[in-house]
Amino acid sequence: MNGLWILRGLGVTLKHFIETYIEDFRQGKKRYFTAQGIEQRRSSKTRGIFTVQYPEEKLPVPEEFRYLPFLVYEEVNGQRKLRCTACGICAKVCPPQCIWIVRSTDPETGRPVPAPSEFYIDVDVCMNCGFCAEYCPFDAIKMDHDYEIASFDRQREHVFDLQKISKPVTYYAKIRPGNYAEEQRARMMKEAAKTIA
Amino acid sequence: MDENELNLRPNQIPEELKGSIAVTTLDRIYNWSRRNSIWPMMFGLACCAIEMIATAASRYDFSRFGMEVMRASPRQADVMIVSGTVTKKMIPQIVRLYNQMAEPKYVIAMGACASGGGPFKEGYNVVPGIDRFIPVDVYIPGCPPTPQALLNGLITLQKKIDSESLKSVRWYQKGKIEPIPIPVLGPDLIDPRQSPLIKELCQSQISNVSPAGTPENLEAHHDNQLD
Amino acid sequence: MTTSWIETQLTEYLLERFGEAVQPDSRPGYLGFLVARNKLLEVCRSLRDEFGFDYLSSVTGVDYHPEPFMEVVYHFYKSTGGSALVMKTQAPRDNPTVPSLCSLYPGADFQEREAWDLLGIRFEGHPDLRRILMWEGFAGHPLRKDWREPFFEEDAKPFKSRWPEGHFIRVEDNNPYKNNVSYPPDFDPGKWVPDKDELLYGGLQSFEEDSEIKTERIVVNLGPQHPSTHGVFRMVVLLEGERVVDLKPVMGYLHRNHEKIGERNTYLQNMPFTDRLDYICSMSNNFGYALAVEKLMGIQPPERAEYIRVMMAELTRFLNHMFSIGFLLNDLGAFFTPSLYAIEERELILDIFEEVAGSRMMCNYFRFGGVARDVPEQVLDKIKTLVHDRLPRKLDEFERYLTHNEILRSRCEGVGVLTPEQAIALSVAGPVLRASGVPYDVRRADPYSIYERLEFDVAYGIHGDIYDRYLVRIEEMRQSLRILRQVLKDIPNGPVMAGKPQFQVRVPPGEAYGRVEGPKGELGFYVVSNGKPNPWRYHVRAPSFINLTSLKTMAHGAKVADLVAILGSIDIVLGEVDR
Repeated sequence: MNGLWILRGLGVTLKHFIETYIEDFRQGKKRYFTAQGIEQRRSSKTRGIFTVQYPEEKLPVPEEFRYLPFLVYEEVNGQRKLRCTACGICAKVCPPQCIWIVRSTDPETGRPVPAPSEFYIDVDVCMNCGFCAEYCPFDAIKMDHDYEIASFDRQREHVFDLQKISKPVTYYAKIRPGNYAEEQRARMMKEAAKTIA
Repeated sequence: MDENELNLRPNQIPEELKGSIAVTTLDRIYNWSRRNSIWPMMFGLACCAIEMIATAASRYDFSRFGMEVMRASPRQADVMIVSGTVTKKMIPQIVRLYNQMAEPKYVIAMGACASGGGPFKEGYNVVPGIDRFIPVDVYIPGCPPTPQALLNGLITLQKKIDSESLKSVRWYQKGKIEPIPIPVLGPDLIDPRQSPLIKELCQSQISNVSPAGTPENLEAHHDNQLD
Repeated sequence: MTTSWIETQLTEYLLERFGEAVQPDSRPGYLGFLVARNKLLEVCRSLRDEFGFDYLSSVTGVDYHPEPFMEVVYHFYKSTGGSALVMKTQAPRDNPTVPSLCSLYPGADFQEREAWDLLGIRFEGHPDLRRILMWEGFAGHPLRKDWREPFFEEDAKPFKSRWPEGHFIRVEDNNPYKNNVSYPPDFDPGKWVPDKDELLYGGLQSFEEDSEIKTERIVVNLGPQHPSTHGVFRMVVLLEGERVVDLKPVMGYLHRNHEKIGERNTYLQNMPFTDRLDYICSMSNNFGYALAVEKLMGIQPPERAEYIRVMMAELTRFLNHMFSIGFLLNDLGAFFTPSLYAIEERELILDIFEEVAGSRMMCNYFRFGGVARDVPEQVLDKIKTLVHDRLPRKLDEFERYLTHNEILRSRCEGVGVLTPEQAIALSVAGPVLRASGVPYDVRRADPYSIYERLEFDVAYGIHGDIYDRYLVRIEEMRQSLRILRQVLKDIPNGPVMAGKPQFQVRVPPGEAYGRVEGPKGELGFYVVSNGKPNPWRYHVRAPSFINLTSLKTMAHGAKVADLVAILGSIDIVLGEVDR
């Protein structure tokens, strides 16, 4: 019969429509605005409505998620100490060349000091590829999870300087617990090997 | 600083609105109705357009903000989401589309390319930021911004609309709003507003007086000539 | 590389018959033959008619500046399968002229125009040699090695200004116009007359004159801002009533100078740029590029990495076909519901990519000799539930929803037909080629990675119309799932990277052409190395771009409304068309 398959197709859309209400009924209140509900909606079992209602609900980003880079600092006796040694590998490996580093020099001897005195990332050029974090030998630069950074002015806001991209190691441990634990383990092993030797 | 506060940003106020905000009830109604029916133009340039489509699709669904009506015609659109790399070959059309949009109109530069050239900035056919030609209201960094980042940008735009006032908005001011002159494709992209400057600098190159250009630029000219 | 019997035969035959005119390319790391310019057509005709090399895959130029010559490189294949035959011809650099192969292989059309546009190589006998990516009137041919763009900093990355004295400056602030422009010295914008596209419009012609009803012919521009063109693509259509009489695609509105930037980047730096070629399937692009460079470096990824690569490539194929069918339906007027269903499944796959590679779309996941990081066990479980349960179920539902739909069938059947002969001659690739009844799939015809060991069938159609393309895509998704099931069952444990990850790889001099069966068709990367950290020549054989050559043939005689559907059925992505 002509038109039969059109009706069957419409049946599919109807099924999608009804499933939403069935699921609502089945899952009750926890379906919306709860972490569990969001997780259910992004699993392969999801049926019916698929929408995650940003900004009230936010899809959690996975650990490997990368947006913009940031520099990790550690707090030692109330002083910020950047892990970065200004070795320049991130600036070299950066595909669009958006990282600018000025290596600091000792004011007395004039010799280079392993720390950056200026560090810029041009956000309007950065392609979020994650190479800087991947190839940094000191675990000093990491990819951030913060994506809510829309602004009204790019001339002032979109060149991230040292102040803006430095974040504490606790923040890093919070957004990337797996990576952090892995790194700590590697560091401990290294130190253990050192003490044995 | 607490980690939770780390990524919080102070309330931003657009530069042009600073010191001029006086919100009345009428403004509030006016802005409320406008901010909840922003129709984007159905206009995609590159990678970011796919994320824009994803934002329009069921998971992120920007019709929750009254934006579901993507209009293919600039006459019916309120916001132009410049989603992707703006090339020199495309910029005349984009400026024309912008001119054809009716006031009030907004522009969102989505992603690094539209904001400032992005990873392709060094290329010969890329415009380093759409704001060289048309005024931009909200910039969204990222390459590409995830759908949630785009939604965040759209909410930022809503905030901007909220802070506008009937008394000062440009489309109720006296006088005509001049359209933006449309760029011309010459040996390179010609911005008509720069024509006198181009003429002057090119003339000065003939007479071998060093212009303000860098040596590389001069070399590039030389090479072009050889071809 | 072992030379087979037939290749030895071919070499002997060519050398004997053409004598001096054909020489084996003896430069270290190079393959194939150097052919004298004046004998090129003759040699190619013999190759096509006597040896069966009927498929011209890629045409590109290489500028060997400061050497005084330019080279045009051709990759021929047999449509029955097998490895490539590489032919090269050289022309003096100051006036490079090479005979056009359009008369033998119509598929060379756009590629020769591209070589003219970007390298300034003139192809004699080409029917329509205009610029294709840049506009008429643009000064210079940008891919020449001595041509420099306004934002030129250095010949090779990394730039010295970034470290250790990296005082930030916006590059446009160095430019007198504060913009990405430069002009020839004697230029006067007041006297400039922009190109009015006379050549473009003048070149439109009708195929036939003997129609019964004489109507006025009108030219219609579809695009570059048009909702049905999947981006910034423009078609100039000559119409007679509703019927398309002639059509010319215009592109370059998203030309992002991929190749020029690619030749400045180091090998590794190109990897995230390949993501942005066909931005819907970044994993496949990574795959092709990694293969080409690995060929040059002579390394092999470990077993687990190969499995992961294939897994990612097949997931990509699935999501791409979902997306493309959704948007084909969009073009047919079923606005957004099929796309919404397709994007739902796509989102679930993107979640996996995000978890594994860190980004939804720009995965940047492959490295030379492996992949960036291992796939965690819980993600593998997620993929398993998707592949075994969700995706097949949803694909069935999708089919129930669409495949037999009467409107879809009457819109698609018999529309946009491409015969097998035309498809091969026009160098069409991927589902479009297979729907025309040519079961050519690089995964089978010239296997790479572990595809040889996997069981799957090559889907192909009979009629070569839009409907067959749709069916081929559906069947390919099923085959992808079949591959995924095998891969998930057999994936071994072990490292995912051969050797230590390096950001500066050593690539010996030579050339390599790596190709994969991308979701859109044969995706090839031609890389020439001179031993330095950045490639000397980096060219992408983009399937979407070359598939567009067939648009004119398919659209001839169709209605305007069908034209939109035909374009949708080719499944182009502008990032790849314009690069």
